[in-house]
Amino acid sequence: MSAVEIAAAVRSGERTAVDVVDEHLAAIAARDGDIHAFNLVTADEARAAALAIDRRVAAGEDPGPLAGVPVALKDNLCTAGIPTTCSSRILEGWRPPYDATVVERLAAAGAIAIGKTNLDEFAMGSSTENSAFGPTRNPHDLTRVPGGSSGGSAAAVAAGFAPLALGSDTGGSIRQPAALCGVVGMKPTYGAVSRYGLVAFASSLDQIGPFAASVADAAALYEAIAGHDPRDATSIPRPAARVSEGLGQGVGGLRVGIVSELLGAEGIEPDVAARAREAAEALESAGAKVDEVSVPSVVYGLSAYYLIAPAEASSNLARYDGVRFGLRVDAPTTGEMYDRTRTAGFGAEVKRRIMLGTYALSAGYYDAFYGKAQRVRTLILRDFQAAYERFDVLLSPASPSTAFKLGAKSADPLTMYLNDVCTIPSNLSGDPAISVPFGTGADGLPIGVQVLAPSLGEETLFRVAAALEAAAPAA
Amino acid sequence: MAKITRDEVAHVARLARLDLGDGEVDTFTEQLARVLDHAADVEALDVADVPPTAHPYPLANVLRPDEPRPCLDRQAALDGAPVVEAGQFRVPPVLGEAP
Repeated sequence: MSAVEIAAAVRSGERTAVDVVDEHLAAIAARDGDIHAFNLVTADEARAAALAIDRRVAAGEDPGPLAGVPVALKDNLCTAGIPTTCSSRILEGWRPPYDATVVERLAAAGAIAIGKTNLDEFAMGSSTENSAFGPTRNPHDLTRVPGGSSGGSAAAVAAGFAPLALGSDTGGSIRQPAALCGVVGMKPTYGAVSRYGLVAFASSLDQIGPFAASVADAAALYEAIAGHDPRDATSIPRPAARVSEGLGQGVGGLRVGIVSELLGAEGIEPDVAARAREAAEALESAGAKVDEVSVPSVVYGLSAYYLIAPAEASSNLARYDGVRFGLRVDAPTTGEMYDRTRTAGFGAEVKRRIMLGTYALSAGYYDAFYGKAQRVRTLILRDFQAAYERFDVLLSPASPSTAFKLGAKSADPLTMYLNDVCTIPSNLSGDPAISVPFGTGADGLPIGVQVLAPSLGEETLFRVAAALEAAAPAA
Repeated sequence: MAKITRDEVAHVARLARLDLGDGEVDTFTEQLARVLDHAADVEALDVADVPPTAHPYPLANVLRPDEPRPCLDRQAALDGAPVVEAGQFRVPPVLGEAP
């Protein structure tokens, strides 16, 4: 049953929310021991919330557009009184004093938070292997990674543990795991969804977005979380775009550009490029005008990102010092306490990014690295703007490869970073993008095709995604 | 640009308040060099006349009305802290010996 169908059944009294929640808790109990999508399953809270929804329906009230729908939350979204770890030892056991705005909005829409999902520590990674609490496994093949960093959320939807999940996407952390797990994952326009209560990684790039098994469900979740929030100073002061109504409108007359540089980017597997080309052909058959387009500066995206994101992270993660929250390792002086706490609390990848960012920002290197990366960001914005003068949306692979084996890319950080080559440009430009399942590789594993749209182009983005979904080969 | 050195890595670790063992300094020196080598493409670009972008959406001076309003309760703010005393965060001595 889709999320939209569940909500309709609960609102009409045809099904109880308690029944829906129990069914999903049973699925989790049966398989999450193998998959490890969740850091924490909030079964008691979910049952209590479901009971409250059922009482409201019985009283003749409408609990909202997502009534009774279980939602899995990435464990870097603050939940009042419920542990929020970022899959890091440094926050183990910490209970936030407030809910993230998206968590409040989901509750207001009648959705039911069912648990906190695993991630690469502080969302730094592309495989969920960097979690301090052990990796998540891909539901399609337990020897493979689910992608990352929102691997737990992607796996939870793919395994049927929750019809919907939220993730965060700083360089592809929603779209890449969605592609590897065969589900839909979307990064909104920067500022379209409030970041209040999202534990910060790289503040000029981070966005919260939906995972779902279908485009219609992802659209419903997007509508529930988007829109202005005065508590986030980067929130765009306008209401959320209505994206569901237009899903069936088709792509007749739309201009679709397939990005040459991303089809031929470092490490793109032939199957992945082939599915992206077939997706373009499918849109052409559905009435779109398709052409190749060059967005020359996206080739610098990976390098620019791995200077900007670590620089912002090194600053954001300075707050983990053993004083106000989380872990403290005692020492005779405050300075030594900082050092011991951070050394014991952060994992290797987080330390690596903090080091890289501190270096890129340090005296003598700021202009050569961080300053230059910010100028490259302008080039990428300009190139996308030029492309959108000729095209309504762009198309590319979402991930260079299908799901890889656990351990296959963890020896060399740069090899892992290359997983983000197709997704990073839209974080740098702030534009929305979505990964839609489109066929499989020769290995039988899911492949995702990415649709990119201009800033605040969510309505068109979802419409094209729905057309791709309708044209996708049976999995 | 010269390759990042072991001494620079040790210095950066001090700035970032991380105690790295000798083995970690070696590993990070090699790994950071690989990432910075990849970034040589960006370093080589002539973008002096391109303005930097710090933030993708043009919003400036986002302010709320200057009016008092409720905020997080003090106890709630202290609840997550490792050590609290008299309604404050307690830390080890900052300068010199404990009194």
